[in-house]
Amino acid sequence: MKSILQIARRELLILATRPIYWFCMIAAPLFCYIFFTTLMSAGLPTDMPLGLVDNDNTSTTRSLARNLDAFQMTGIAHQYASVTEAREAVQRGDIYGFYYIPKGTTREAQRQEVPTVSFYTNYSYLVAGSLLYRDMRTMSELASGAASRTVLYAKGATERQAMAYLQPVVIDTHPVGNPWLNYNVYLSNTILPGLLMLFIFMVTVYSIGTEVKRGSMREWLNMADGSMAKALTGKLMPQSVVFLLMGALYVGYLYGYCHFPCNCGLPVMLVVMALGVLAAQGMGVFMYAMLPSLRMGLSFASLWGVISFSICGMSFPTMAMHPMLQGLSYLFPLRHYFLLYVNCALDGYPLLNAWPYVVGLLVFIALPVLLLKRLKKVVLTVPYIP
Amino acid sequence: MTQKIKKYWLQSCEDWNYIFKQELRHIIKDEGVLIFFFLVPLAYPLLYSFIYTNETVREVPVVVVDESHSADSRAYIRKLDATADVHIVEYCPDMATAQSRIKSRDAYGIVRIPSDFSLRLARNEQVPVSIYCDMSGMLYYKAILTANTNVSLDTNARIKVQKAGNTTGQQDKVTEHPIAYEEVSLYNPQNGFASFLIPAVLVLIIQQTLLLGVGISAGTAREQNRFRELMPVDRHYTGLLRIVLGKAWAYLLIYIPISVYVLGVVPRIFRLNQIGNPGDLALFVMPFLLACIFFAMTVSVLVRHRETCIMLIVFSSLPLLFISGVSWPGAAIPSFWQVVSYAFPSTLGVNGFLKINNMGAQLIDVRHEWLILWGQAIVYFFTTCLVYRGSIIASRRHYIARYKRLKAELLKRAQ
Repeated sequence: MKSILQIARRELLILATRPIYWFCMIAAPLFCYIFFTTLMSAGLPTDMPLGLVDNDNTSTTRSLARNLDAFQMTGIAHQYASVTEAREAVQRGDIYGFYYIPKGTTREAQRQEVPTVSFYTNYSYLVAGSLLYRDMRTMSELASGAASRTVLYAKGATERQAMAYLQPVVIDTHPVGNPWLNYNVYLSNTILPGLLMLFIFMVTVYSIGTEVKRGSMREWLNMADGSMAKALTGKLMPQSVVFLLMGALYVGYLYGYCHFPCNCGLPVMLVVMALGVLAAQGMGVFMYAMLPSLRMGLSFASLWGVISFSICGMSFPTMAMHPMLQGLSYLFPLRHYFLLYVNCALDGYPLLNAWPYVVGLLVFIALPVLLLKRLKKVVLTVPYIP
Repeated sequence: MTQKIKKYWLQSCEDWNYIFKQELRHIIKDEGVLIFFFLVPLAYPLLYSFIYTNETVREVPVVVVDESHSADSRAYIRKLDATADVHIVEYCPDMATAQSRIKSRDAYGIVRIPSDFSLRLARNEQVPVSIYCDMSGMLYYKAILTANTNVSLDTNARIKVQKAGNTTGQQDKVTEHPIAYEEVSLYNPQNGFASFLIPAVLVLIIQQTLLLGVGISAGTAREQNRFRELMPVDRHYTGLLRIVLGKAWAYLLIYIPISVYVLGVVPRIFRLNQIGNPGDLALFVMPFLLACIFFAMTVSVLVRHRETCIMLIVFSSLPLLFISGVSWPGAAIPSFWQVVSYAFPSTLGVNGFLKINNMGAQLIDVRHEWLILWGQAIVYFFTTCLVYRGSIIASRRHYIARYKRLKAELLKRAQ
């Protein structure tokens, strides 16, 4: 026990005196916390620039344009004289889409000749495109409805009758857990822990690797009387403390300060966070034990850390990926963390409802125990390769 | 006089050539740099494209609670199941059962049809169909909502036609939609994830691997240098311009084929959008590469050790992806971050590449990005010169100090 504390003290001194640790353990994670939450502070983008090509230019089409502009997500940024001009504006990135009303629309509508309006959405910007699409489609339905409604009113129908005739079946949507469709909630909840995990991977690999690089591995092991278990515990303990504090910080910041939904209460999320942090450390030790060179270990850490964001299924669901990738995704601690977060904070189910993922994270935490022997061997025998 | 000038120029060109070759030699010998200059640009795009290659999620599992049990409600459910977006995995007797399916993640949404569905339709009243979506992914929500919206609109149109009692097909059409509409998805007809995210990732890979590779080789130079300085003291490493350009040319030579592969071949392999004019694209990528190279060279002075470079650079990929305005719409980025984003070649590179390659824009349409990239290239060229100059001076000072110390020691010994 004494030797562990001695190693921990030595490690603390190393952490405190090298700027790279300050950067990776405190400064950069803090920057990321603030960056992502302020970047998406709007939650759901509003007033996205939309173009309008109104070749008909009657009071009907003008009111249509006004209504479209009044939608929350869309703002008509500019009117264009022709589709070509509007298309060029899309290509320049001035607008994310445009609404086209051809000449004679009003006249044809009155003559019951079924005119066609169109809307063009630029899906190269998927989020912006999807949001605009929804508004433009609703508007088109409404425009169609408005034309029929005039006829119905003229026939003496009440508003209720008219609406029931125009839209007999309506959809009543309940986005459970995130009723505002807040993208900040949707993304930051996984990106922040993911970045913290990336830093943990790298710091763990780096702190073991530098012992070898600086040739101090024997000194380190001798302090633990040659026991890798003690040496590793002493080394990782101070890092765990710092990372757990940084983790508690994001939990407090997201659920306490930003008021993201946390239906399970803070303590459960703190447990999930702690599991995630320790699992990432376990994975970090595994990385160095498997690829015992600083360069390869760090490359492994970066690869794993960066791919986590794509493969964990937070933005692109794993069910749509190749089956091989679906299986592979469970080798990433962030995947387990993400599923636990969804289960606990977003949906409010008890932690044990998602017990397989708790076990998954525990396996990551236990990885170093299985690798102690190998780790000791590689630390002592594999030389530093620049 | 002319002799002198001629000699000077010959000497500079020789030095330039020497530094250029030396840098290439360093890169090829250094496995760490090779990983970032070759392996990552070759493999990462393939990996990312493989993850996103299915573009969108289909057949999201949902459960149905049909409290109406009528022909109308069954027709609705049949149509819903027929859509590409959702797949009905179970018919639940009540909401509690349905919720338990959500809880065990066997389904990602519930569609509930009220008990008076058919009755209210017959009474000419509006009737709501409730959908409950799992919000762990926006794509689930989108799929469930889209499917239900489409089915409800289709059902509505049929009901209207039924009630109208028209005599001709044309009348039916008018009843359905007095004003018809057409939706056109531009530049990403399948509304896919890969087509939208991969181009940005490709451009980012070029910038980030350059930062990493140049940073690692700078770290190595420092570690091998006796005074932990970036510049060796060497007969050839005298002219500032020669050093900066000699190194930059080496990186450029490597990154031209890499760019062709990453930006030209990868989209072709995965059949992503590629409708740009190759000439315009090449003209656009040129300033982007120069800006990236000089940016990387400027940043590389911060790197003290080989490996710290990886720890400094890797995490920035994610903020840079978000700040570029592709995944989070540029129009919604707070102005402070918008200003910050102009410091990085990737922001303009991503947008410009997307516009030319995916949206078929011409160079003139992206002149804004193009000019700023040239501006960045020039600014970062000067900052590189500045920091390299500082490094050369520091290096020489160390050398002179050492020389003096040795001299003093020798004198002492002589006395």
